[in-house]
Amino acid sequence: MLSNPTTAIAPPQTLLQKLWNRRVVKNLSEDEDLLYIDRHLIYEVTSPQAFEGLRSSGRRVWRPDSVLATVDHNVPTMRHERKSVSDIPDRLAQEQVRTLIENVQEHGIKFHGLGDSRQGIVHVIGPELGWTLPGTTIVAGDSHTSTHGAFGTLAFGVGTSDVEHVLATQCLVVKQMRTLRVMINGRLPEHVVAKDLALFVIKAIGSAGGVGHAIEFAGEAVAALSMEGRMTLCNMAIEAGARVGLVGVDETTLEYVKQRAGDKVLNHWLEASADWKTLHSDSGAQFDREVVIEAKDVPPMVTWGTSPDMAVPANGTIPKPEDLPDEQQRRALEQSLAYMGLEPGTRLVDVAVDKVFIGSCTNSRIEDLRLAARQIQGRSVSKSLKQAIVVPGSGLVKQQAEREGLHLMFMEAGFEWREPGCSMCLGMNNDRLNPGERCASTSNRNFEGRQGAGGRSHLVSPSMAVAAAIHGRFVDVREDYPNDAV
Amino acid sequence: MTPFDTHKGKVLPLDRSNVDTDAIIPKQYMKSIRKTGYGDFLFDAWRYKDVGELGMNCALRAKNMDFPINMERFKDASILLVRRNFGCGSSREHAAWALKDAGFRVIIGESFADIFYGNAIKNGILPIMLPADVIEMLFEEANSAVGLHARVDLASRALAVSSGQSWSFEISDDVRERLLKGLDDVGISLQWIDDIIDFEAKQREREPWLYS
Repeated sequence: MLSNPTTAIAPPQTLLQKLWNRRVVKNLSEDEDLLYIDRHLIYEVTSPQAFEGLRSSGRRVWRPDSVLATVDHNVPTMRHERKSVSDIPDRLAQEQVRTLIENVQEHGIKFHGLGDSRQGIVHVIGPELGWTLPGTTIVAGDSHTSTHGAFGTLAFGVGTSDVEHVLATQCLVVKQMRTLRVMINGRLPEHVVAKDLALFVIKAIGSAGGVGHAIEFAGEAVAALSMEGRMTLCNMAIEAGARVGLVGVDETTLEYVKQRAGDKVLNHWLEASADWKTLHSDSGAQFDREVVIEAKDVPPMVTWGTSPDMAVPANGTIPKPEDLPDEQQRRALEQSLAYMGLEPGTRLVDVAVDKVFIGSCTNSRIEDLRLAARQIQGRSVSKSLKQAIVVPGSGLVKQQAEREGLHLMFMEAGFEWREPGCSMCLGMNNDRLNPGERCASTSNRNFEGRQGAGGRSHLVSPSMAVAAAIHGRFVDVREDYPNDAV
Repeated sequence: MTPFDTHKGKVLPLDRSNVDTDAIIPKQYMKSIRKTGYGDFLFDAWRYKDVGELGMNCALRAKNMDFPINMERFKDASILLVRRNFGCGSSREHAAWALKDAGFRVIIGESFADIFYGNAIKNGILPIMLPADVIEMLFEEANSAVGLHARVDLASRALAVSSGQSWSFEISDDVRERLLKGLDDVGISLQWIDDIIDFEAKQREREPWLYS
């Protein structure tokens, strides 16, 4: 029940506790609860085996209206390859898309397929369609479901067995999580954006630093971020090992939701928004751990290795083994650099790139594309580049960008302007790196082979990616910002 | 789910930290719509010299003989020894399916990523966490000429190795119970069907905006 703040004497609660407690169907043990799952995003790659499981056990989808389906992971981004499903060149991808279509039809699930302007990356369309709401639980068979935590939503990625579990029961058996608050004091410097902050935090706590925890991002720098920026931050909580990223609800959240909400929410707006306004950690709430970061210390970041915590400032150098404290880290550095074809001590600004990718559930929203376009300012992609592509996160993002003329800025500069999907973030379609190719990428993972077998990924912000495209190598955007820009 | 009570087998050392699920099973294999058939593609990019595709006959592919899975002395290993943060990254359950298909029933490491840990359990694979110094010693023994065998008894939370030492490991009572009995998770939740229906009725009152 919602408590009245004037009479409440309950101990202060964290945002995680509030979100968790309101969805406990049954406490199962000291560690585990049966949690109710309000909303479920599905797509072509991790759902077919779940529907097959339902069929073989004779079960039905518990609440079809709680599920939203789209195609994103394996679909082509070239228009002529997706006019209809039969145009998809990859026969296996085609079969997965067809299987999803059959499954959503059989179970009466809402679906935004190819050719629908609402098609796009699951974590882009949920928020922009007003489907992601504060105070809810959201799951998807995708680890970047943490993105939705930006709305004061308990959202996390699950495997296919759990996709089936939620389809069948609307619930999951979930182990309680510990809390880690990352407090970011002050304001981010000019030219430093949410992606840089995310990489800085991951480097600070390590790629396994958040295991077993929900990370709540708080402080002045987070309050100043747009919803897009908060989504970028929560999206990458999983790269620090945390399944859940969270930001408390404030006016920025409510404003974003109100602009996109459906009639059902708008008809209950006063009640709903009053409820959502309570969704923040109370002052004095106890966290299991806390990390404090001064926003002024955060520079534009670039990753140099094969784990997202292997990052340095844009004007920095690749670490040397002797700089690292433990043997495992030294070995990881050597393995990474051998794969990346780089030497210790190299300045990042001396590293040339072959391809540039702007897209993914981390950085393909309208604000990301505006930021990238602003960095272009009439300049052109370096002739040394093999490819530079922009893949909007959804059909709606693409339409908005085209209304603003951003697509022309990209295309005139030499970028390809594609149709929405996950694309080169994971290279399940034909957008990928070839062996040895180096990419400045706005995506979330620099793992070996992530963007294509043998490909070398460097994670950066949208403006850093554009700067790398223009110069054919990494540059520090603080020194590259176009003179005539705001 | 596949039950797990005891297991005895040979240990295969994979000496890397942060082994992500993209490395365990690369994306091209996620185009399959089945839960099986991934075993030959486990650690594909490290194991073979070429880039694989679904449907390939892996017996004909050029193998990287420096990778432990291809070494004769680790043939038929069913226990994987790893470092820290094994299974990080993507939530793909295909990683657990591939390990299971390739015959692995136990993974011993310093730590595991959350989503992978759950996926492993759901497929009858037991992840065992032990301190770094123990893991270091196990690597030395597994890499020695005689190799290492281990025996796991889940009921008593015990791991014993061929060199004579044994340890007890931590695992939550809930998870242990489910693994021992091989319980169907969905079936467990459906025991509480009345509670779920009751929860929905109350939520519909309290948060009507969530219902169409």
